[in-house]
Amino acid sequence: MNFDIGYMIEIIPELLKYVPITLYLAIVSMIIAIVIGVFLALILVNKIPVLLQIAKVYISFFRGTPALVQLLMIYFGLPQLFPLLNSISAETAAIIAFSINTSAYLAEIFRAGLESVDKGQAEAAISVGMTYPEALRGIILPQAVRNAIPATGNMFIGLIKNSSLAFTIGVTELLAQGKLMATSNLKFFEAYFAVGLIYWVLTMLYSKLQEWYENRLGKAYQR
Amino acid sequence: MIKVSNLKKRFDQTEVLKNINFEVNDGEVVVIIGPSGSGKSTLLRCLNFLEQPDFGTIQVGEVTVDATRVKRAEINRLRTQTSMVFQHYNLFKNKTALENVTHALIVTQKMDKNEADQIGRDLLNQVGMVQKADSYPVSLSGGQQQRVGIARALAVKPHAILFDEPTSSLDPEWVGEVLRVISGIANKRKTMLIVTHEMGFARQVADKVVFMADGVIVEQGTPEEIFDHPKNERTKQFLQEYTKQFAEDIKVDSHASSEKRDLLST
Repeated sequence: MNFDIGYMIEIIPELLKYVPITLYLAIVSMIIAIVIGVFLALILVNKIPVLLQIAKVYISFFRGTPALVQLLMIYFGLPQLFPLLNSISAETAAIIAFSINTSAYLAEIFRAGLESVDKGQAEAAISVGMTYPEALRGIILPQAVRNAIPATGNMFIGLIKNSSLAFTIGVTELLAQGKLMATSNLKFFEAYFAVGLIYWVLTMLYSKLQEWYENRLGKAYQR
Repeated sequence: MIKVSNLKKRFDQTEVLKNINFEVNDGEVVVIIGPSGSGKSTLLRCLNFLEQPDFGTIQVGEVTVDATRVKRAEINRLRTQTSMVFQHYNLFKNKTALENVTHALIVTQKMDKNEADQIGRDLLNQVGMVQKADSYPVSLSGGQQQRVGIARALAVKPHAILFDEPTSSLDPEWVGEVLRVISGIANKRKTMLIVTHEMGFARQVADKVVFMADGVIVEQGTPEEIFDHPKNERTKQFLQEYTKQFAEDIKVDSHASSEKRDLLST
């Protein structure tokens, strides 16, 4: 077997330079996805007419089609329909695609999170004179967030990994750089394995962060 | 004062409230009794629009709303006139006991946090819970949670407090402490509307007793009038059923304790 561990270690610092772009794609997409997801979930929970039907089609379509197809559609397809979008950068297209795709899943996760909060919590808030938005902000959302965090964390881990799809439209992120190194030295296994290791470490670090956060949020609920 | 006129409410096919009319004067304690499913809780929940009535007018304090043409802003204003104590306490699970009491003050009345904390601690002290101010609901007993719930209801200085079966889901050992707290508030001439199955408590605390059955007010009067000289057949029947049950409970209790005595003597 001819596994060049020295080479693998040697390229890791070079690959690490592309971690920021991967994290940038994942974090920005996640933030936008959370905003859209909360909005969709509130429509689902409160069954707002018309918007409810639109939200359902949106969720169904973007959960039911591959992320890669959505990415190609947005980057190559949309500028054909709307010439204004001709100047859209590959990074922006990737962020739009990942945000939309992830928001469709988050909508369902947040809906379940909101519905897991006992109805009596909102009633109690309203009974002491709070409006529904006030009840939502101070009482319902904080409890829903806690219930939704494990599943939301899974989505973020998925997003870190799926951000590698951006290399198909020419974004030089972690995987794209790995591919470049693999082909220039023909040491495919070493290069891709190094890329894989970096993703693994990133998701592990995130898991630790989430664990700490869950413990912090859980304090109120432990005897 | 509270004034309810021609109040009607139906859930699908069942008419839960059929033309309810009644008044509560300022400082008066009114206890609503009646069999399960008679509409007592629904009536209470209509007063703060946790249930939307189909017809009728509701006046609480200075706010009057007509159920057939009510706007959201009016509902919000009506809700600021009352507060509610729930059967299942419904304490905010993500807030400490003190925060449960102060949250509405800080959020809706924009009160300064230190000032709200001061009021919160005073109220927790009143209900005997100040030593648990920083505990979360999960670590409190049912009776303790309900006492915090009462402090929370007092904090917003409502025109009236609505009690929806405040002791029904408590273990028997906690019922007494919660009833004592409610009696204490009643003595301060706070306007209160109480739905309860605790007849002894009702007799002791009420200025007026309302007996409801099948969505109508069958009879109302002073505790003496209702409990000692009920006029209506249905009231008599309900109270008889209740005393029979009560007597049986006592019999079971004394039977149990005599068994215990037997065990001890052998």
